[in-house]
Amino acid sequence: MIQVRNLNVTFGQGAQAVRAVRDVNFSVAEGESFGLVGESGSGKSTALRVLAGLNPHWTGEAAVAGVSVGQRDARLPRLVQMVFQDPYASLHPRHTVDRALSEPLEIQGIGDVGPRVERALTDVGLGPAFRFRYPNQLSGGQRQRVAIARALMLEPKVLLLDEPTSALDVSVQAEILNLLRRLRRAHNLTMLLVSHNLAVIAHMCDRLAVMNRGAIVEEMDVATLRRQEPREAYTRQLLLASRGYDREVAANIITYD
Amino acid sequence: MSKPLLEVEDLRVTFPTPTGPFRAVRGVSFSLGRERLGIVGESGSGKSVTGRSVLSLLPPHARVEAKRLSFDGKDLLTASPGEMRALRGSRISLVMQDPKYSLNPVMRVGEQIAEAVRDKGAGARRRAMEMLEAVRIRDPERVFNLYPHEVSGGMGQRIMIAMMLAPEPDLLIADEPTSALDVTVQMQVLAILDDLVAKRGMGLIFISHDLDLVASFCDRVLVMYGGRVMEERHARDLRQATHPYTQGLLDSLPRIDDDRAELPTLKRDPAWLKD
Ligand SMILES: Nc1ncnc2c1ncn2[C@@H]1O[C@H](COP(=O)(O)OP(=O)(O)OP(=O)(O)O)[C@@H](O)[C@H]1O
Ligand SMILES: Nc1ncnc2c1ncn2[C@@H]1O[C@H](COP(=O)(O)OP(=O)(O)OP(=O)(O)O)[C@@H](O)[C@H]1O
Ligand SMILES: [Mg+2]
Ligand SMILES: [Mg+2]
Repeated sequence: MIQVRNLNVTFGQGAQAVRAVRDVNFSVAEGESFGLVGESGSGKSTALRVLAGLNPHWTGEAAVAGVSVGQRDARLPRLVQMVFQDPYASLHPRHTVDRALSEPLEIQGIGDVGPRVERALTDVGLGPAFRFRYPNQLSGGQRQRVAIARALMLEPKVLLLDEPTSALDVSVQAEILNLLRRLRRAHNLTMLLVSHNLAVIAHMCDRLAVMNRGAIVEEMDVATLRRQEPREAYTRQLLLASRGYDREVAANIITYD
Repeated sequence: MSKPLLEVEDLRVTFPTPTGPFRAVRGVSFSLGRERLGIVGESGSGKSVTGRSVLSLLPPHARVEAKRLSFDGKDLLTASPGEMRALRGSRISLVMQDPKYSLNPVMRVGEQIAEAVRDKGAGARRRAMEMLEAVRIRDPERVFNLYPHEVSGGMGQRIMIAMMLAPEPDLLIADEPTSALDVTVQMQVLAILDDLVAKRGMGLIFISHDLDLVASFCDRVLVMYGGRVMEERHARDLRQATHPYTQGLLDSLPRIDDDRAELPTLKRDPAWLKD
């Protein structure tokens, strides 16, 4: 369902150029859930933005359901939708929740808008009372739920999730993770999930790739993650750091290039 | 025992809404010394509003009341807007929950940090560069010149932290400061905060959804629900919490080695909000 081959993304030019994504390869089968973890700034969001058609400057191959994301193909919005890391970037401050959720339907010429909006709000645990609120009248968690509801409006086949629950409280996170699992089963959704939370990845994904400095360090299945038996030293350090704060561990963290 | 840095007694914050006044914070009390105080709780429980009240950073229509709200002996309730601005620029800093929203989109991130340094002038640029290095930004030279939309989520968060630590505050209120960081960088950033508390005697309010992190990092923790403090505990005992709300939050966390298909979510009890 998702095919990525020799993906490279470079920002800037000359001495200032930074290779944000380097020779990345992975593929995700229909109905599968694939995780991306790794260092901050390692190119995870950039790779997702390429798949969402939001980054035109890349080389290699990237396709969803056989449709290359390079062309502005009209089928893409109903194939793949993305939930962003930063809910402020995706919700217009002067648009109500109602408008945010109706817009994708109207652009695609889909009717029955009101009931669909209310159903979507209920699906993400908000409910119709939130329909005419503005983003600044919502808490951080409520805002991210609206962003997830919006991505689901067009019933896409592939959902790209960039840290979808890092701004949510743990109970709402549990609700959203349960919801995503339910939706995945019901619609045979394919998911690509970026998270710093290895427990969230273990809970949601079948396989995952670990990234550092723009490149994939290793790929593994979720059983290997659960047993905490990665191949690479970089990943071992990641697992150690995920066990909670420890001044000693912090002092011994090394940077991998 | 030295005098607390921050004293909050019976804090109440009310917002007018189309459906009547909304009481976002309903009688919160705590005091903070030179220590790490965690605030956890579900979304909308009033953590950010509590943090922002301390700095008078709420919209003008918000009504803030308290029996006592004082910083280093100074009454914040009667402080003028000018006095509050002065405090914010130097002695109290807030790392906001939404880093990109709080950065100026048309100004290079390095310049924003330099502007926050107390001693302006030639040294400010070098200090800003040091701050970027301190928060483990790779290639600080390059990142100094980027605009906010050109940095990753976790870089944005570290830039905010660098900016807020630049004036060397006595009190840092950090609202979800590390939620976008990978766990190794998170650990390194927490070590910086840890050292500032241990060596410089900074007071830290650490607002987070990550109960495990708070349990391992903080000294004490307040658990908030519906604008109130449900319980206060030693952070290391958080996992032994007996309040059903805290227990519910802990149960809803996925764990790396468990394979529950459904995660339990909170069953809220109206009795939690009875006075
Ligand atoms: N528009 C841009 N212009 C210049 N550089 C950019 C731009 N977008 C991203 N970058 C750079 O690309 C690199 C990868 O960024 P990306 O956002 O993909 O990281 P990430 O893995 O998602 O990190 P995080 O976990 O912190 O969100 C970073 O060094 C970032 O500065
Ligand atoms: N400007 C405002 N006008 C009206 N209501 C507000 C305003 N700001 C916050 N609220 C409400 O106050 C309550 C507490 O909000 P707050 O931002 O403190 O929650 P929080 O505990 O920080 O949640 P999160 O974990 O989601 O960030 C929420 O119900 C929110 O909707
Ligand atoms: Mg990112
Ligand atoms: Mg908040």
